Amino acid sequence: MIMPSIKTTLAACVTSAALGLPAFAAAQEYTIGVSIPAATHGWTGGVNYHAEEAKERLESLYPDISFTISTAGNPGEQANDLEDLVSLRDIDALVILPFESGPLTDPVRRVKEEDIFVTVVDRGLTQDGIEDLYVAGNNHEMGRVSGEYIHDRLDGEGNVVVLRGIPTVIDDERVEGFQSAIEGSDIEILDMQHANWNRDDGFEVMQDFLSRFDDIDAVWAQDDDTALGVIEAVRQAEREDELFIVGGAGMKDIIKRVMEGDELVPVDVLYPPAMIATAMDLTVQHFVSNGPVVGEYILGSPLITEDNAEQYYYPDSPF
Amino acid sequence: MSNVVPEHKSSKRGTVSIDFKTWGPFVALVVLALLGVLINPAFLGLDNLANMLTRSAFIGIIAVGATFVITAGGLDLSVGSMAAFIAGVMIILMNGVLEQFGPGLVTVSIGVGASLILGVGAGFINGIVTTKGRIEAFIVTLGTMGIYRSLVTYLADGGTLTLDWNVRDVYRPVYYDSLLGIPIPVWVFLFVAVTGYILLNYTRFGRYCFAIGSNEKVAEYSAIHVDRVKTLTYVMQGVCVSLATIIYVPRLGSASAATGVLWELEAIAAVIIGGTVLKGGHGRIWGTVVGAIMLTMIGNILNLTDAISNYLNGTVQGIIIIVAVYLQRAAWRKGEP
Repeated sequence: MIMPSIKTTLAACVTSAALGLPAFAAAQEYTIGVSIPAATHGWTGGVNYHAEEAKERLESLYPDISFTISTAGNPGEQANDLEDLVSLRDIDALVILPFESGPLTDPVRRVKEEDIFVTVVDRGLTQDGIEDLYVAGNNHEMGRVSGEYIHDRLDGEGNVVVLRGIPTVIDDERVEGFQSAIEGSDIEILDMQHANWNRDDGFEVMQDFLSRFDDIDAVWAQDDDTALGVIEAVRQAEREDELFIVGGAGMKDIIKRVMEGDELVPVDVLYPPAMIATAMDLTVQHFVSNGPVVGEYILGSPLITEDNAEQYYYPDSPF
Repeated sequence: MSNVVPEHKSSKRGTVSIDFKTWGPFVALVVLALLGVLINPAFLGLDNLANMLTRSAFIGIIAVGATFVITAGGLDLSVGSMAAFIAGVMIILMNGVLEQFGPGLVTVSIGVGASLILGVGAGFINGIVTTKGRIEAFIVTLGTMGIYRSLVTYLADGGTLTLDWNVRDVYRPVYYDSLLGIPIPVWVFLFVAVTGYILLNYTRFGRYCFAIGSNEKVAEYSAIHVDRVKTLTYVMQGVCVSLATIIYVPRLGSASAATGVLWELEAIAAVIIGGTVLKGGHGRIWGTVVGAIMLTMIGNILNLTDAISNYLNGTVQGIIIIVAVYLQRAAWRKGEP
């Protein structure tokens, strides 16, 4: 594999940052630091991809603005990154997708105290009023849209199994949204088990659901990685004809299936890793636009169907 | 302590007639299975049993290799990341040669061959650095664990590597098909276990593993090529990881940074549940096999019931693992000074 030039540049940036020699300090007027989790699973892989894409696009569009992206493997590392971004890179704005809300609230507050414009993405901080701008998907809405589709498709009556994500607030909000959408109908949730947004776990949990329940009408996998595991389990049991699967996020493999009109995966619900690009765009607007950029920007979670799938399809993205 | 640990100590005391050290894991397995049936009769369904045994094959095969490493006083933490890395390279390679050889047996054989070569190579590196470099196995394999994990992330650009659909169709039966009603992965598991059993108990190599694990210095003075034997255990571990990967890839046809996470700990847990001693000197292949099946069974049973909060799955697993090892150790701990 040939190392892409972005990686080389990034490596050079990190090295020079570490040596205390800011590479482009002189010419640029604004430096925006972007701090994101390392690509440890599919969705964060997508975040990394879209962050790099947005950096390239925005830097060529606005010569006065430069980005520096740092990725962290855990919350502690991310807190260190923030300190380095402030002291070594002298950033004017920070775009951060926090690893976890709790541990990063205070480090972000300290960045804010340096009069740096702060944009928080996806996972909100535990204390209000720190960030200038909050960009996020809507987890409750994501669950609700999924539940509503299953509700309508089954005419309000049937058996559903649910594969939950990693036990977190994100997962709880989605499940609450889902439950609120099917409340009062004759749709029964046979069981919910955690599949941790993971393919292998999705496969195994679904295998067990299939041997436990003879009558399943729909599967809410909540995540596209999980959904891919579920698809294999259903294929193995040869029960493709009796049920359908709803995932979530917008992985290209699933979007492709939706685009092609796959009966087993008729729709997907968007929770896009590209929201990091939205956040970077808006942060740039804070410096170049004459309109105010503050407040909250909540992305919708539209239902992706065969008709509109194409606009959400990124064949080059790793996710 | 040594490879001549008295096997029948418990019978001397006359009160306990079962030799828990040998049969402890089996007893625990039966108890767990009974629990499974009580919780949900679907547990005994043929499909469920087949699913469960097939699933346990990955950890089981890796754990058979780990039994050798641990018996000889070593440790390999890199197996999970190694599996992910090998799976990643296999997928890239098969996708790469697809155009030249078409979606047929040749392409799959190239993938399988590459997997074996990588497994042997990775195991050899772990072994040679540990023995010749005089570095603790824990540190060496902790290092390689990080290296393989980040390499697979890099290869996949942080996303997921997916095997071409046409190759998948050719390769798929390796995981999903059965021979004489028994899934192929279970056959592989059985083959690996029998081979491991013979190697560990009926060959000079096996006896050397016991001797080195008991006391490396004494083994060295007894003219055993300690470094060579130890390196060989890591190579065997690598081959086992490669075999496990060969049957893992056709299951979902993908590899990502999330593949094989924590497999190393599951494999070590399976080995210890089975009665092998973590500090070396004593190993049991069949115990390891039972240990691996037990670990999978716990997850399976938890999926078959909603009586226990999902958040507590880890607690249940932890308790069962500790109880299983306690059962197996309790009887002979009294016998030791």
